[in-house]
Amino acid sequence: MGEPIRSIIILIAVLVGVLAIAAGLIWLERRMLGLWQDRYGPNRAGPFGSLQVAADMIKIFTKEDWIPPFADKPVFVIAPAIIVVTTLLSFAIIPFAPGIEIVNLNIGLLFFLAMSSLSVYSVALAGWASDNKYSLLGGLRAAAQMLGYEVFMGLSLVGVVMLAGSFSLREIVEAQRKVWFVIPQFLGFVIFLIAGLAETRRIPFDLPEAENELVAGYHTEYSGMKFGMFFVGEYIGVTLISALIATLFFGGWLGPLLPPLLWMMIKTFFFICGFILVRASLPRLRYDQLLSFGWKLMLPLSLLNIVVTGAIILAAS
Amino acid sequence: MNGVFYLSAVVAILATMMVVTRLNAVHALLYLIVSFFSVALIFFTLGAPFVAALEIIVYAGAIMVLFVFVIMMLNLGPSSKEQESVWLKPNAWIGPSLLAGILILELIYLMVLTGGPTTSPTVEITPKQVGIALFGPYAIGVELASMLLLAGLVGAYHLGARRPRGLSSRTGDKS
Repeated sequence: MGEPIRSIIILIAVLVGVLAIAAGLIWLERRMLGLWQDRYGPNRAGPFGSLQVAADMIKIFTKEDWIPPFADKPVFVIAPAIIVVTTLLSFAIIPFAPGIEIVNLNIGLLFFLAMSSLSVYSVALAGWASDNKYSLLGGLRAAAQMLGYEVFMGLSLVGVVMLAGSFSLREIVEAQRKVWFVIPQFLGFVIFLIAGLAETRRIPFDLPEAENELVAGYHTEYSGMKFGMFFVGEYIGVTLISALIATLFFGGWLGPLLPPLLWMMIKTFFFICGFILVRASLPRLRYDQLLSFGWKLMLPLSLLNIVVTGAIILAAS
Repeated sequence: MNGVFYLSAVVAILATMMVVTRLNAVHALLYLIVSFFSVALIFFTLGAPFVAALEIIVYAGAIMVLFVFVIMMLNLGPSSKEQESVWLKPNAWIGPSLLAGILILELIYLMVLTGGPTTSPTVEITPKQVGIALFGPYAIGVELASMLLLAGLVGAYHLGARRPRGLSSRTGDKS
Protein backbone atom coordinates (compact mmCIF):
# COMPACT_ATOMS: atom_id res chain seq x y z
CA MET A 1 0.00 0.00 0.00
CA GLY A 2 1.46 3.33 -1.09
CA GLU A 3 2.14 6.12 1.37
CA PRO A 4 -0.42 8.59 -0.10
CA ILE A 5 -3.21 6.00 -0.10
CA ARG A 6 -2.43 5.15 3.51
CA SER A 7 -2.58 8.83 4.52
CA ILE A 8 -5.88 9.30 2.72
CA ILE A 9 -7.37 6.24 4.45
CA ILE A 10 -6.20 7.53 7.86
CA LEU A 11 -7.57 10.98 7.05
CA ILE A 12 -11.01 9.64 6.13
CA ALA A 13 -11.05 7.30 9.13
CA VAL A 14 -10.21 10.16 11.51
CA LEU A 15 -12.80 12.45 9.94
CA VAL A 16 -15.58 9.84 10.07
CA GLY A 17 -14.52 8.69 13.54
CA VAL A 18 -14.46 12.17 15.03
CA LEU A 19 -17.81 13.14 13.51
CA ALA A 20 -19.35 9.87 14.72
CA ILE A 21 -17.99 10.42 18.23
CA ALA A 22 -19.24 14.02 18.25
CA ALA A 23 -22.71 12.90 17.17
CA GLY A 24 -22.69 10.08 19.71
CA LEU A 25 -21.75 12.53 22.43
CA ILE A 26 -25.08 14.31 22.02
CA TRP A 27 -26.79 11.13 23.18
CA LEU A 28 -24.11 10.23 25.73
CA GLU A 29 -24.19 13.66 27.35
CA ARG A 30 -27.96 13.69 27.72
CA ARG A 31 -28.01 10.17 29.18
CA MET A 32 -25.17 10.95 31.59
CA LEU A 33 -26.79 14.21 32.66
CA GLY A 34 -29.97 12.24 33.25
CA LEU A 35 -28.10 9.71 35.36
CA TRP A 36 -26.30 12.32 37.47
CA GLN A 37 -29.33 14.53 37.91
CA ASP A 38 -31.58 11.61 38.86
CA ARG A 39 -33.85 11.57 35.79
CA TYR A 40 -34.16 9.46 32.64
CA GLY A 41 -32.84 11.47 29.73
CA PRO A 42 -33.73 10.37 26.17
CA ASN A 43 -34.85 6.72 26.34
CA ARG A 44 -37.56 6.35 23.67
CA ALA A 45 -35.85 6.10 20.27
CA GLY A 46 -34.13 2.72 19.93
CA PRO A 47 -32.49 0.67 22.70
CA PHE A 48 -31.59 2.98 25.63
CA GLY A 49 -32.52 5.91 23.41
CA SER A 50 -29.42 5.39 21.30
CA LEU A 51 -31.25 6.29 18.09
CA GLN A 52 -31.98 9.71 19.55
CA VAL A 53 -29.05 11.07 17.53
CA ALA A 54 -30.63 9.83 14.28
CA ALA A 55 -33.95 11.40 15.26
CA ASP A 56 -32.22 14.70 16.10
CA MET A 57 -30.34 14.64 12.80
CA ILE A 58 -33.51 14.08 10.75
CA LYS A 59 -35.18 16.90 12.62
CA ILE A 60 -32.33 19.37 12.27
CA PHE A 61 -31.81 18.67 8.56
CA THR A 62 -35.46 19.10 7.67
CA LYS A 63 -36.01 22.27 9.69
CA GLU A 64 -36.40 25.54 7.85
CA ASP A 65 -32.98 27.12 7.39
CA TRP A 66 -33.84 30.74 7.88
CA ILE A 67 -31.54 33.73 7.43
CA PRO A 68 -32.92 36.90 8.99
CA PRO A 69 -33.36 39.69 6.40
CA PHE A 70 -31.42 42.14 8.60
CA ALA A 71 -28.41 39.83 8.95
CA ASP A 72 -25.12 40.24 7.11
CA LYS A 73 -25.69 37.24 4.84
CA PRO A 74 -22.18 36.09 3.80
CA VAL A 75 -20.72 36.41 7.30
CA PHE A 76 -23.83 34.85 8.84
CA VAL A 77 -23.36 31.76 6.63
CA ILE A 78 -19.58 31.46 7.07
CA ALA A 79 -19.55 31.81 10.88
CA PRO A 80 -20.91 28.36 11.84
CA ALA A 81 -18.61 26.67 9.35
CA ILE A 82 -15.50 28.23 10.90
CA ILE A 83 -15.85 26.47 14.25
CA VAL A 84 -16.35 23.03 12.66
CA VAL A 85 -13.45 23.51 10.23
CA THR A 86 -10.96 24.79 12.81
CA THR A 87 -11.73 22.12 15.41
CA LEU A 88 -11.65 19.33 12.81
CA LEU A 89 -8.34 20.62 11.42
CA SER A 90 -6.80 20.39 14.89
CA PHE A 91 -7.27 16.61 14.82
CA ALA A 92 -4.66 16.48 12.04
CA ILE A 93 -1.82 16.66 14.56
CA ILE A 94 -3.08 14.20 17.17
CA PRO A 95 -1.26 10.85 17.17
CA PHE A 96 -3.91 8.23 17.93
CA ALA A 97 -1.42 5.36 17.92
CA PRO A 98 2.10 4.82 16.53
CA GLY A 99 1.71 5.42 12.79
CA ILE A 100 -1.93 6.46 13.01
CA GLU A 101 -1.82 10.21 12.63
CA ILE A 102 -2.49 12.51 9.72
CA VAL A 103 0.64 14.63 9.91
CA ASN A 104 3.60 14.82 12.29
CA LEU A 105 4.34 18.55 12.30
CA ASN A 106 7.32 19.82 14.26
CA ILE A 107 5.07 22.74 15.27
CA GLY A 108 2.15 20.44 16.15
CA LEU A 109 1.17 22.09 19.41
CA LEU A 110 1.40 25.56 17.87
CA PHE A 111 -0.87 24.39 15.07
CA PHE A 112 -3.48 23.44 17.65
CA LEU A 113 -3.15 26.82 19.38
CA ALA A 114 -3.48 28.60 16.03
CA MET A 115 -6.64 26.69 15.19
CA SER A 116 -8.16 27.27 18.61
CA SER A 117 -7.42 30.99 18.37
CA LEU A 118 -9.19 31.08 14.99
CA SER A 119 -12.31 29.42 16.36
CA VAL A 120 -13.02 32.67 18.25
CA TYR A 121 -14.08 34.20 14.95
CA SER A 122 -16.91 31.75 14.56
CA VAL A 123 -18.67 32.92 17.70
CA ALA A 124 -17.73 36.59 17.49
CA LEU A 125 -18.77 36.89 13.85
CA ALA A 126 -21.98 34.94 14.41
CA GLY A 127 -22.88 37.43 17.12
CA TRP A 128 -22.05 40.40 14.93
CA ALA A 129 -23.66 39.15 11.70
CA SER A 130 -26.98 38.35 13.41
CA ASP A 131 -27.51 42.07 14.03
CA ASN A 132 -29.32 41.31 17.26
CA LYS A 133 -28.56 42.83 20.66
CA TYR A 134 -28.40 39.53 22.51
CA SER A 135 -26.30 37.93 19.81
CA LEU A 136 -23.89 40.85 19.80
CA LEU A 137 -23.53 40.70 23.58
CA GLY A 138 -22.90 36.96 23.33
CA GLY A 139 -20.32 37.51 20.61
CA LEU A 140 -18.55 40.20 22.62
CA ARG A 141 -18.45 38.00 25.70
CA ALA A 142 -17.11 35.10 23.68
CA ALA A 143 -14.36 37.22 22.13
CA ALA A 144 -13.20 38.62 25.48
CA GLN A 145 -13.42 35.24 27.21
CA MET A 146 -11.61 33.26 24.55
CA LEU A 147 -8.88 35.88 24.08
CA GLY A 148 -8.21 35.86 27.81
CA TYR A 149 -8.26 32.10 28.29
CA GLU A 150 -6.22 31.41 25.19
CA VAL A 151 -3.26 33.27 26.65
CA PHE A 152 -2.76 30.96 29.58
CA MET A 153 -3.87 27.91 27.63
CA GLY A 154 -0.74 28.41 25.56
CA LEU A 155 1.36 29.21 28.63
CA SER A 156 0.14 26.11 30.50
CA LEU A 157 1.54 23.93 27.73
CA VAL A 158 5.01 25.49 27.86
CA GLY A 159 5.96 23.21 30.77
CA VAL A 160 5.09 20.11 28.73
CA VAL A 161 7.06 21.42 25.76
CA MET A 162 10.07 22.13 27.99
CA LEU A 163 10.01 18.61 29.45
CA ALA A 164 9.58 16.91 26.07
CA GLY A 165 11.87 19.32 24.20
CA SER A 166 9.55 19.40 21.19
CA PHE A 167 6.28 20.78 19.86
CA SER A 168 5.62 17.53 18.01
CA LEU A 169 2.87 15.55 19.71
CA ARG A 170 4.43 12.23 18.76
CA GLU A 171 7.64 13.15 20.55
CA ILE A 172 5.69 14.47 23.53
CA VAL A 173 4.02 11.05 23.89
CA GLU A 174 7.34 9.25 23.45
CA ALA A 175 8.84 11.43 26.20
CA GLN A 176 6.22 10.10 28.63
CA ARG A 177 7.44 6.50 28.55
CA LYS A 178 8.94 6.84 32.04
CA VAL A 179 6.33 8.99 33.75
CA TRP A 180 3.14 10.69 32.55
CA PHE A 181 3.45 14.46 32.41
CA VAL A 182 0.46 14.87 34.71
CA ILE A 183 2.78 14.19 37.66
CA PRO A 184 5.56 16.73 37.01
CA GLN A 185 3.11 19.15 35.34
CA PHE A 186 0.06 18.83 37.60
CA LEU A 187 -0.47 22.59 37.76
CA GLY A 188 -0.15 22.80 33.98
CA PHE A 189 -2.75 20.04 33.64
CA VAL A 190 -5.26 21.80 35.90
CA ILE A 191 -4.76 25.12 34.09
CA PHE A 192 -5.12 23.47 30.68
CA LEU A 193 -8.27 21.69 31.81
CA ILE A 194 -9.87 24.97 32.93
CA ALA A 195 -8.75 26.77 29.77
CA GLY A 196 -10.11 23.88 27.71
CA LEU A 197 -13.48 24.21 29.41
CA ALA A 198 -13.49 27.92 28.62
CA GLU A 199 -12.38 27.39 25.01
CA THR A 200 -15.25 25.01 24.36
CA ARG A 201 -17.61 27.47 26.09
CA ARG A 202 -19.21 24.90 28.33
CA ILE A 203 -20.66 25.32 31.78
CA PRO A 204 -19.33 26.92 34.00
CA PHE A 205 -17.88 29.09 31.22
CA ASP A 206 -20.86 29.25 28.84
CA LEU A 207 -21.48 32.96 29.38
CA PRO A 208 -21.64 33.69 25.62
CA GLU A 209 -24.88 31.70 25.43
CA ALA A 210 -26.22 32.26 28.94
CA GLU A 211 -29.89 31.58 28.23
CA ASN A 212 -31.24 33.25 31.35
CA GLU A 213 -29.91 36.65 30.30
CA LEU A 214 -29.09 36.51 26.57
CA VAL A 215 -31.84 34.24 25.09
CA ALA A 216 -29.28 31.97 23.41
CA GLY A 217 -26.38 34.38 22.99
CA TYR A 218 -24.49 34.32 19.73
CA HIS A 219 -26.68 31.67 18.06
CA THR A 220 -30.04 33.26 18.87
CA GLU A 221 -30.82 33.89 15.20
CA TYR A 222 -29.55 30.56 13.93
CA SER A 223 -31.79 27.69 12.95
CA GLY A 224 -31.63 24.35 11.17
CA MET A 225 -28.25 22.93 10.29
CA LYS A 226 -26.46 26.25 10.86
CA PHE A 227 -27.38 25.96 14.53
CA GLY A 228 -26.46 22.28 14.25
CA MET A 229 -22.93 23.26 13.21
CA PHE A 230 -22.43 25.25 16.43
CA PHE A 231 -23.88 22.34 18.36
CA VAL A 232 -21.68 19.70 16.71
CA GLY A 233 -18.72 22.09 16.79
CA GLU A 234 -18.99 22.21 20.58
CA TYR A 235 -18.88 18.42 20.83
CA ILE A 236 -15.98 18.15 18.41
CA GLY A 237 -14.24 20.71 20.62
CA VAL A 238 -14.89 18.61 23.73
CA THR A 239 -13.50 15.53 21.97
CA LEU A 240 -10.47 17.52 20.81
CA ILE A 241 -9.63 18.91 24.26
CA SER A 242 -10.09 15.46 25.84
CA ALA A 243 -7.84 13.84 23.24
CA LEU A 244 -5.24 16.57 23.81
CA ILE A 245 -5.33 16.16 27.60
CA ALA A 246 -4.85 12.41 27.12
CA THR A 247 -1.95 13.00 24.69
CA LEU A 248 -0.17 15.78 26.53
CA PHE A 249 -0.56 14.76 30.16
CA PHE A 250 -1.62 11.10 30.29
CA GLY A 251 0.77 9.39 27.91
CA GLY A 252 -1.46 9.23 24.84
CA TRP A 253 -1.44 5.72 23.38
CA LEU A 254 1.02 4.39 26.02
CA GLY A 255 -0.33 1.69 28.33
CA PRO A 256 0.10 -1.97 29.18
CA LEU A 257 -1.66 -5.00 27.60
CA LEU A 258 -4.33 -3.31 25.48
CA PRO A 259 -3.54 -2.09 21.92
CA PRO A 260 -2.38 1.57 21.71
CA LEU A 261 -5.45 2.82 19.84
CA LEU A 262 -7.75 1.41 22.53
CA TRP A 263 -5.72 3.09 25.30
CA MET A 264 -6.05 6.42 23.51
CA MET A 265 -9.83 5.92 23.18
CA ILE A 266 -10.23 4.94 26.83
CA LYS A 267 -8.30 7.98 28.05
CA THR A 268 -10.16 10.34 25.72
CA PHE A 269 -13.56 9.01 26.79
CA PHE A 270 -12.58 9.31 30.43
CA PHE A 271 -12.02 13.04 30.00
CA ILE A 272 -15.13 13.49 27.87
CA CYS A 273 -17.14 12.01 30.75
CA GLY A 274 -15.28 14.38 33.07
CA PHE A 275 -16.43 17.31 30.94
CA ILE A 276 -20.02 16.08 31.16
CA LEU A 277 -19.77 15.60 34.92
CA VAL A 278 -18.54 19.20 35.26
CA ARG A 279 -21.57 20.36 33.31
CA ALA A 280 -23.88 18.27 35.48
CA SER A 281 -22.58 19.66 38.75
CA LEU A 282 -21.35 23.25 38.43
CA PRO A 283 -23.34 26.49 38.15
CA ARG A 284 -22.51 29.25 35.69
CA LEU A 285 -20.04 31.93 36.75
CA ARG A 286 -20.75 35.65 36.67
CA TYR A 287 -19.07 37.40 33.77
CA ASP A 288 -16.72 39.66 35.76
CA GLN A 289 -15.78 36.67 37.95
CA LEU A 290 -14.89 34.73 34.83
CA LEU A 291 -12.58 37.42 33.47
CA SER A 292 -10.88 38.32 36.75
CA PHE A 293 -10.42 34.60 37.50
CA GLY A 294 -8.65 34.20 34.20
CA TRP A 295 -6.43 37.25 34.24
CA LYS A 296 -5.72 37.59 37.97
CA LEU A 297 -5.39 33.97 39.06
CA MET A 298 -4.78 31.61 36.17
CA LEU A 299 -2.33 33.80 34.23
CA PRO A 300 0.07 34.37 37.18
CA LEU A 301 -0.20 30.67 38.11
CA SER A 302 0.72 29.54 34.61
CA LEU A 303 3.68 31.95 34.56
CA LEU A 304 4.78 30.59 37.94
CA ASN A 305 4.51 27.06 36.53
CA ILE A 306 6.85 27.99 33.69
CA VAL A 307 9.42 29.59 35.99
CA VAL A 308 9.45 26.67 38.45
CA THR A 309 9.61 24.04 35.69
CA GLY A 310 12.42 25.92 33.98
CA ALA A 311 14.37 26.24 37.23
CA ILE A 312 14.01 22.51 37.96
CA ILE A 313 15.09 21.51 34.45
CA LEU A 314 18.07 23.86 34.71
CA ALA A 315 19.05 22.49 38.11
CA ALA A 316 18.72 18.88 36.94
CA SER A 317 20.82 19.29 33.82
CA MET B 1 6.40 23.73 -3.26
CA ASN B 2 6.81 26.42 -5.94
CA GLY B 3 3.21 26.03 -7.07
CA VAL B 4 1.95 26.42 -3.49
CA PHE B 5 4.09 29.52 -3.10
CA TYR B 6 2.74 31.24 -6.21
CA LEU B 7 -0.83 30.23 -5.45
CA SER B 8 -0.71 31.64 -1.93
CA ALA B 9 1.06 34.75 -3.20
CA VAL B 10 -1.79 35.38 -5.65
CA VAL B 11 -4.35 34.81 -2.88
CA ALA B 12 -2.46 37.22 -0.63
CA ILE B 13 -2.49 39.97 -3.27
CA LEU B 14 -6.15 39.46 -4.19
CA ALA B 15 -7.23 39.37 -0.53
CA THR B 16 -5.25 42.50 0.29
CA MET B 17 -6.81 44.34 -2.65
CA MET B 18 -10.22 43.35 -1.36
CA VAL B 19 -9.25 44.75 2.07
CA VAL B 20 -8.65 48.15 0.52
CA THR B 21 -11.75 48.24 -1.65
CA ARG B 22 -14.39 46.82 0.74
CA LEU B 23 -16.83 49.38 2.10
CA ASN B 24 -17.90 47.25 5.05
CA ALA B 25 -15.22 47.35 7.78
CA VAL B 26 -15.84 43.81 9.04
CA HIS B 27 -15.67 42.35 5.52
CA ALA B 28 -12.39 44.19 4.96
CA LEU B 29 -11.01 42.72 8.19
CA LEU B 30 -12.05 39.21 7.14
CA TYR B 31 -10.15 39.61 3.87
CA LEU B 32 -7.17 40.84 5.86
CA ILE B 33 -7.30 37.62 7.89
CA VAL B 34 -7.32 35.58 4.66
CA SER B 35 -4.31 37.60 3.56
CA PHE B 36 -2.53 36.66 6.82
CA PHE B 37 -3.30 33.00 6.16
CA SER B 38 -1.69 33.14 2.75
CA VAL B 39 1.35 34.96 4.13
CA ALA B 40 1.62 32.22 6.79
CA LEU B 41 1.51 29.61 4.03
CA ILE B 42 4.28 31.47 2.18
CA PHE B 43 6.44 31.37 5.31
CA PHE B 44 5.72 27.65 5.59
CA THR B 45 6.77 26.93 2.02
CA LEU B 46 9.94 28.98 2.56
CA GLY B 47 10.92 26.63 5.41
CA ALA B 48 9.87 28.69 8.43
CA PRO B 49 7.02 26.73 10.07
CA PHE B 50 7.52 28.45 13.43
CA VAL B 51 7.02 31.92 11.95
CA ALA B 52 4.01 30.60 10.01
CA ALA B 53 2.40 29.36 13.22
CA LEU B 54 3.13 32.63 15.03
CA GLU B 55 1.71 34.62 12.12
CA ILE B 56 -1.61 32.86 12.64
CA ILE B 57 -1.60 32.76 16.44
CA VAL B 58 -0.50 36.37 16.97
CA TYR B 59 -1.77 38.30 13.94
CA ALA B 60 -4.80 36.36 12.71
CA GLY B 61 -5.76 34.89 16.08
CA ALA B 62 -5.15 37.67 18.58
CA ILE B 63 -4.62 41.10 17.03
CA MET B 64 -7.33 40.78 14.41
CA VAL B 65 -9.79 39.46 17.00
CA LEU B 66 -9.22 42.68 18.91
CA PHE B 67 -9.90 44.67 15.73
CA VAL B 68 -13.11 42.76 15.10
CA PHE B 69 -14.00 43.26 18.77
CA VAL B 70 -13.60 47.04 18.51
CA ILE B 71 -15.56 47.27 15.25
CA MET B 72 -18.33 45.17 16.77
CA MET B 73 -18.51 47.64 19.66
CA LEU B 74 -18.70 50.62 17.29
CA ASN B 75 -21.75 49.06 15.62
CA LEU B 76 -21.26 50.80 12.29
CA GLY B 77 -24.54 51.06 10.41
CA PRO B 78 -25.32 51.61 6.74
CA SER B 79 -24.38 55.28 7.12
CA SER B 80 -20.72 54.40 7.53
CA LYS B 81 -20.92 52.46 4.26
CA GLU B 82 -22.14 55.56 2.45
CA GLN B 83 -19.37 57.57 4.09
CA GLU B 84 -16.82 55.04 2.86
CA SER B 85 -18.15 55.09 -0.68
CA VAL B 86 -17.87 58.89 -0.67
CA TRP B 87 -14.26 58.65 0.48
CA LEU B 88 -13.32 55.92 -2.00
CA LYS B 89 -13.75 58.09 -5.10
CA PRO B 90 -11.56 57.43 -8.17
CA ASN B 91 -9.63 60.64 -7.38
CA ALA B 92 -8.48 59.20 -4.08
CA TRP B 93 -6.66 56.39 -5.90
CA ILE B 94 -4.30 58.61 -7.90
CA GLY B 95 -1.78 59.52 -5.18
CA PRO B 96 -1.36 56.07 -3.60
CA SER B 97 -1.21 54.29 -6.99
CA LEU B 98 1.48 56.69 -8.16
CA LEU B 99 3.63 56.03 -5.08
CA ALA B 100 3.05 52.27 -5.22
CA GLY B 101 3.80 52.30 -8.95
CA ILE B 102 7.19 53.90 -8.34
CA LEU B 103 8.00 51.18 -5.81
CA ILE B 104 6.96 48.43 -8.25
CA LEU B 105 9.15 49.96 -10.96
CA GLU B 106 12.07 50.00 -8.53
CA LEU B 107 11.41 46.37 -7.68
CA ILE B 108 11.29 45.33 -11.35
CA TYR B 109 14.48 47.31 -12.02
CA LEU B 110 16.27 45.56 -9.18
CA MET B 111 15.01 42.15 -10.34
CA VAL B 112 16.26 42.80 -13.87
CA LEU B 113 19.56 44.08 -12.51
CA THR B 114 20.21 41.03 -10.30
CA GLY B 115 18.81 38.56 -12.83
CA GLY B 116 15.65 37.60 -11.00
CA PRO B 117 15.23 35.83 -7.70
CA THR B 118 17.61 32.96 -7.13
CA THR B 119 15.87 29.76 -6.15
CA SER B 120 18.03 28.32 -3.44
CA PRO B 121 16.93 25.02 -1.88
CA THR B 122 14.77 25.77 1.14
CA VAL B 123 16.26 24.86 4.49
CA GLU B 124 13.71 24.23 7.20
CA ILE B 125 14.33 26.16 10.40
CA THR B 126 13.00 24.23 13.39
CA PRO B 127 11.41 25.98 16.40
CA LYS B 128 14.44 24.99 18.47
CA GLN B 129 16.80 26.88 16.16
CA VAL B 130 14.57 29.97 16.35
CA GLY B 131 14.66 29.78 20.16
CA ILE B 132 18.43 29.38 20.26
CA ALA B 133 18.84 32.39 17.95
CA LEU B 134 16.37 34.52 19.91
CA PHE B 135 17.90 33.89 23.32
CA GLY B 136 21.48 33.72 22.04
CA PRO B 137 22.69 36.49 19.71
CA TYR B 138 19.38 38.38 19.78
CA ALA B 139 18.79 38.33 23.55
CA ILE B 140 19.08 42.12 23.77
CA GLY B 141 16.41 42.57 21.11
CA VAL B 142 14.06 40.26 22.99
CA GLU B 143 14.69 42.14 26.22
CA LEU B 144 14.10 45.52 24.56
CA ALA B 145 10.84 44.27 23.03
CA SER B 146 9.70 43.00 26.43
CA MET B 147 10.50 46.42 27.99
CA LEU B 148 8.37 48.06 25.33
CA LEU B 149 5.50 45.67 26.02
CA LEU B 150 5.84 46.31 29.75
CA ALA B 151 5.51 50.03 29.12
CA GLY B 152 2.35 49.35 27.14
CA LEU B 153 1.03 47.17 29.95
CA VAL B 154 1.68 49.82 32.60
CA GLY B 155 0.02 52.44 30.41
CA ALA B 156 -3.03 50.25 29.89
CA TYR B 157 -3.23 49.62 33.63
CA HIS B 158 -3.06 53.34 34.33
CA LEU B 159 -5.86 54.06 31.88
CA GLY B 160 -8.02 51.20 33.10
CA ALA B 161 -7.39 51.51 36.85
CA ARG B 162 -10.41 52.26 38.97
CA ARG B 163 -10.02 55.53 40.85
CA PRO B 164 -11.55 56.12 44.28
CA ARG B 165 -14.87 57.96 44.25
CA GLY B 166 -14.85 61.72 44.29
CA LEU B 167 -11.75 61.96 42.16
CA SER B 168 -12.45 62.82 38.58
CA SER B 169 -11.65 59.92 36.28
CA ARG B 170 -11.20 62.14 33.25
CA THR B 171 -8.59 64.82 32.94
CA GLY B 172 -10.97 66.75 30.70
CA ASP B 173 -13.31 67.50 33.64
CA LYS B 174 -10.73 69.62 35.46
CA SER B 175 -10.12 72.11 32.66
